[in-house]
Amino acid sequence: METKNVMIVGVGGQGTLLTSRVLGAIALTGNYDVKLSEVHGMAQRGGSVVTFVRYGESVAEPIVEEGQADILIAFERLEALRYMHFLKPDGAVIVNDTRIDPMPVVTGAAKYPEGILETLRQGHRVFSIDATAEAQKLGNSRVFNTIILGMAAQHMGFSKEEWLRVIADTVPPKTVELNQMAFLTGYQHTRQTGEE
Amino acid sequence: MLGNAAIAQGAYEAGVKVSAAYPGTPSTEISEYIAKYPEIYAEWSPNEKVAMEVAIGASIAGVRAMASMKLVGVNVASDPLYSIAYAGVNGGLVLVAADDPGIYSSQNEQDTRMVARAAMVPVLEPSDSEEARVFTKLAFQYSETYDTPVIVRTTTRLSHSQGVVHPEERTEIPDKPYVRNIEKNVLMPANARKRHVVVEQRMKQMAEDACAFDINRVEFRDKSIGVITSGIPYQYVREALPDASVLKLGLVHPLPKKLIQEFAAQVDTLYIVEELEPVIEEQVRSWGIPCIGKEIFTVQGEYSANLLRRAILRQEITLETPAQIPQRPPILCPGCPHRSVFSVLKKLKLHGAGDIGCYTLGAVAPLNVLDFNVCMGASISTLHGMEKAKGKEYVQNWVALIGDSTFLHTGVNSLMNMVYNKATGTVLILDNSTTGMTGHQDHAATGKTLQGETTYAINIYHLCKAIGVEYVYEIDAFDIDNLEALLKQETKRDALSVIITKSPCALLKEFVPKGKCIIHADNCKKCGQCLTPGCPAMTKQENGVPKIDAAMCNGCQLCEKRCKFRAIELIPRGKGDKT
Repeated sequence: METKNVMIVGVGGQGTLLTSRVLGAIALTGNYDVKLSEVHGMAQRGGSVVTFVRYGESVAEPIVEEGQADILIAFERLEALRYMHFLKPDGAVIVNDTRIDPMPVVTGAAKYPEGILETLRQGHRVFSIDATAEAQKLGNSRVFNTIILGMAAQHMGFSKEEWLRVIADTVPPKTVELNQMAFLTGYQHTRQTGEE
Repeated sequence: MLGNAAIAQGAYEAGVKVSAAYPGTPSTEISEYIAKYPEIYAEWSPNEKVAMEVAIGASIAGVRAMASMKLVGVNVASDPLYSIAYAGVNGGLVLVAADDPGIYSSQNEQDTRMVARAAMVPVLEPSDSEEARVFTKLAFQYSETYDTPVIVRTTTRLSHSQGVVHPEERTEIPDKPYVRNIEKNVLMPANARKRHVVVEQRMKQMAEDACAFDINRVEFRDKSIGVITSGIPYQYVREALPDASVLKLGLVHPLPKKLIQEFAAQVDTLYIVEELEPVIEEQVRSWGIPCIGKEIFTVQGEYSANLLRRAILRQEITLETPAQIPQRPPILCPGCPHRSVFSVLKKLKLHGAGDIGCYTLGAVAPLNVLDFNVCMGASISTLHGMEKAKGKEYVQNWVALIGDSTFLHTGVNSLMNMVYNKATGTVLILDNSTTGMTGHQDHAATGKTLQGETTYAINIYHLCKAIGVEYVYEIDAFDIDNLEALLKQETKRDALSVIITKSPCALLKEFVPKGKCIIHADNCKKCGQCLTPGCPAMTKQENGVPKIDAAMCNGCQLCEKRCKFRAIELIPRGKGDKT
């Protein structure tokens, strides 16, 4: 198998690390070599954060470079746009259709771009959902990231049962059921954005 | 396994009994993982110098010991490091130094290999998580074999990457007997001169032996391109040049001269691929071996496979241009007590002599209160220097800004200096009861050890009093009216004063928000005062009325206090609320 390159991007504090851990664990179930690269420290304070996950027969470098990502998982629209150029031409973007204003926008020094999903759709397959709203329906807005993960799972080639088991092993024990429900919510959402 | 977890695992397997550290990205998790092994005594020390000395003491007593720290922490610990390099060890002694190419979370991107060369200490450099485990273990063996402290150098990319690791059992190492040996261990000039000879011999011997070390590995493939590399850059070489011959160095100081000469002789063109400084390259050149290095590679930031493809293979890699979009810099969290204090400083137009921590973010918009920072503890001493340069009145619109953990790290020495040398400045200790930026580690004033056990909590107020500061105040960081009055009074005072602003970090597990703030749009006059401190939970809607994100709000009421029209109200937290 050719090495699969996945990126998880978002805003510091959104829980990208937990999602990357689930991805790392699922790749190990396939007996793949796996490398993950995370961001800790200063950037986690509300800054733009990126995590790389690579799995395949043998993985050397732990980062995904521009133009090499198969899947871009974005927890926020602007962050999807920021890392769009990391995608391969046929890559898939899984994006949480939500907006978090960065400080330059809050202070009025910059404008939040309009029509991000349309921009993303130029040349890439886009799958979007307002996962934050969906998570609230499940009773806890924090599991939005597992909904997004469920959508991404459709593009990664592991069985639903394997995902559910890995989630059970990775998330805090009290939240297993909630996270599995969130995963399935995303997993069932397979419609590409902009297509009927 | 995370690189840092693998380092902890390696130390565990090596039979380490004592570990000491001060938190610092990207090294912090090493201690957090070590704390999980009951066989190892592990502590947070107040600073890296102390941590290094604790490890040295344990080594003298005959057990294997380790200190871990970030790159700039090595500067703080360099005094004991340079000396113990002369004396050598009893139990194996390892310093884990975590460098930060790309400056993800530091003040600079210094290269610890340069320090190691100056201190004449061997350096091992792993290139993935499994090597991090194996090399850490090996470092203790080398330390004892060559009677020297050994540095294991990691980088942010390695420390914070996960890879497959194959853990092994712990080997219990019998304690070595302590033998009094003043010629070796007391570094008075007559002894130190003799030790310098020993140190030189030791490094020469190790350089010779290193030609046969397994961790210095020659991988011959196509010989038209040969690369000498180490650490994470090895992975980029493998990715970009899978057919090239490689000399992968596990020991990067001292270098195996003969091995390098032999490798160089076998390849057509020799490249040296190392992030940051040309440490290997300059030595190889000094031996008259032609090679290509920093003339085509940068000394800045991290490398990548694409960087090597461009520089070595001259490949043109066309990429989509990144979208031109607003930056998202890190910010203070909702409910952060620093924001409250900074809003007052901003109102009073006070300048901040800054320090190292989350509060460094007060330098940027919209708060703009911090003018400079240098290194841990420097806020207090630089403010003192300004006063001595320009006089008392000059510093009346300045304050020193330092966190609780940083104050105990090296700030207290600077405060002693202010007392001793009759300073009149005003020092703000932003006490949020934790080491915030690195991910909430305890310290000597939190009352908890690294393992979370209860211990004595140093009282910062009494500490300041005890060293002779007459005017010391404690105030709630969110009591902005009284803080304003106090700051006006103390900055004008013809004497040194310390104001401790106390309020816990809003990310602490123990932190319970008072509730959530809501906006009564009817009362709102759209003046924007509530927005000026830059709380990320607040946004301005198109109609000009601010909106508060209930999921993010931590109920600090700073916005409420800034609203003159009672348009913001705290809805107190009800029983059973989750957040």
